[in-house]
Amino acid sequence: MSLLDQPSSSSGLSSGDGMTRGQAWGLVGLLAAAVIAWLVFAVWPDWLNAILISKKAFVSAILNGITLAGLYFLVASGFTLIFGLMRNVNLAHGSLYLLGAYIGYEVTNRTGYWLLGVAAGFAVLAIVGVVMQVFVFRRLEGDDLRQTLVSIGISIVAADLMLAVWAGGTYQITTPEWLDGALTLPVITAVRSNGASVFLTYPLYRVVVLAAAIVIGVGLWLMLHKTRVGMMIRAGVDDRAMLQASGVNVHAVFAIVFAVGAGLAGFAGVVGGSALSVAPGEDVRYLLASLVVVIVGGMGSITGAAIGALLIGLAEQIGLVYFPTYGIVLTFVIMVVTLAVRPQGIMGKAR
Amino acid sequence: MSLAIATDSTTTQRNWLEKLGAGNIILAVALVLYPLVASDFFLTQIGGYSLIFGMLGLSLMLLAGYGGMVSLAQITVAGISAYAIAILGNNNSNILGFGWPWWLAVPFAVLAAALASALIGWISVRTEGIYTIMITLAIATATYYFAQQNYAIFNGHSGYAGIRAPAFWGIGWRDAKPFYYLCLGLAALCYAAVLYGSRSTFGMTLQAIRDNPRRMRALGYHVTAHKVFAWLLSGVIAGLAGVLLVWFNGRVSPGTIGVDAAIDVLIIAVIGGLRHPIGPFLGALVVVLMQTFAIDIVGAERFNTLIGLVFLVIVFVSPDGILGLWGRIKPHLAQESLRPGA
Repeated sequence: MSLLDQPSSSSGLSSGDGMTRGQAWGLVGLLAAAVIAWLVFAVWPDWLNAILISKKAFVSAILNGITLAGLYFLVASGFTLIFGLMRNVNLAHGSLYLLGAYIGYEVTNRTGYWLLGVAAGFAVLAIVGVVMQVFVFRRLEGDDLRQTLVSIGISIVAADLMLAVWAGGTYQITTPEWLDGALTLPVITAVRSNGASVFLTYPLYRVVVLAAAIVIGVGLWLMLHKTRVGMMIRAGVDDRAMLQASGVNVHAVFAIVFAVGAGLAGFAGVVGGSALSVAPGEDVRYLLASLVVVIVGGMGSITGAAIGALLIGLAEQIGLVYFPTYGIVLTFVIMVVTLAVRPQGIMGKAR
Repeated sequence: MSLAIATDSTTTQRNWLEKLGAGNIILAVALVLYPLVASDFFLTQIGGYSLIFGMLGLSLMLLAGYGGMVSLAQITVAGISAYAIAILGNNNSNILGFGWPWWLAVPFAVLAAALASALIGWISVRTEGIYTIMITLAIATATYYFAQQNYAIFNGHSGYAGIRAPAFWGIGWRDAKPFYYLCLGLAALCYAAVLYGSRSTFGMTLQAIRDNPRRMRALGYHVTAHKVFAWLLSGVIAGLAGVLLVWFNGRVSPGTIGVDAAIDVLIIAVIGGLRHPIGPFLGALVVVLMQTFAIDIVGAERFNTLIGLVFLVIVFVSPDGILGLWGRIKPHLAQESLRPGA
């Protein structure tokens, strides 16, 4: 139900004997982290190389998974933010991503400044988000099914109009030179016969994407917890009527949230369009990613979106390397297992 | 509205002709006589195609109208039976194709679809309300990508081609007239079954669960089991539609079960109306006619814009689709304003 998780809510349930649930999970997480750290930093014995193809393939898959998770988080956090406050399942979110990517491409191409493209992607989509909220979704307030249907209608029209403007081609947003190149990571992938170690190199741009995702994630958390607007948003999530009664202009808060959510989708579009490519059909791909991420992570939770994005990003990339034609099944299994065990999602709260 | 009529009719004894209703009889006669006036194109591309998509819409209407569960995975269920027909029967893609006769392949395909639908239902009824639409959309999209990247089962991007409708009793069932009557027969069967089922104990219970799941649970009904059974029934209808669809197209590929197609089914059901089983057929007819003739108005390229805008207008103006519009106009025509909120 809620957008944010009060730190005190999970503990105190079974604090009497032994470990609490949270501590147990923490221990499991610590163990997993240790295993992963060993896998990443140790020089692999031959039997492990035989099982997992090669250390380079494995570590690359993990790194790709984590950076993809950063991108998924950027898209899904907007989706989950909008749902958490307004109960609005915005199925046009993928279209917002794609539109942001196209706008980023146009601006970067014309001005030559990539950062300007990123800023334009965020700003234009934020405005689009406000327009959608004010002129469309506000009219259907409280009717979540119709809001969803309307968002489907918008996504159909948007996809078709984008096809009309940018045709079916594939675009690549050019990144500035200072973001090109590769980073040599302190990870040894193999040892040559002469004793020299081979280090893993990784594209700098992807690391920057991940860093941006983390910065924005932390920024969102701070905005929600430390600012007045954030306080209003959290209050609105818990009890919208009460917030309205205490004199807050709820519609202004909704508009802000929609602007931030849609803007993040546009931002992610430019960033993702620079790392991968921009083409029709990408909207569906990122809509699917957002859906699965928030179903797994829990609706309305930023932390949940981060966890969900990490799981799905890793699953997708590991699946791609180790069982390419069944990769999507892994994503699917994660979703089904989550729903079976915890229908409200990992960080979601039961209503 | 159908509910109110149904409860009225139980008190008064009427003969079967009256029970069927004049409207239904006229409609049935018109549909049976349609091939006399229609060309082959109008028989299959408009008639048959509308009936197939009407059945798909009906399978959604059953879930959404009576069960309150809006699914976007109906085309996925139909696709499973279509792929099953291709795999169990014959295809000329040289992959799988067990060569089973149609009378063996069809029941298995429909069964596979029904079970898949029940599974999707079981997954999605763990949450409520708007979550269903998200989960089913995620399932539909994931299945589409899976069919596209998997070659061992789905033959990847190209799918299966060369699937032929059977020929028996001296009739080639893919010929225009037989195929139309086949579609009409199955559609009428499903329509009648849904209409009858909605007045049965199970149908009533399902509608009660839609309106108040907590109360029904407190009364001792197994809410989840009823919902999953509704998914199973809806899967049978969607599965039958899938068999017809693969015979109609002669091929099945990931594009058949894509997100566009999944959304098309929802559009059809919503435009037609989700209150009565006739709605989806109406919606299918409107959409298929638009698909065929809108090309002359807006051009083939921008068809999706047109259908999207029509869909938006319907959702805004009349949440119950064309049937809802009719329901609003009807009282003014017949002065039947004694039943408020009908």
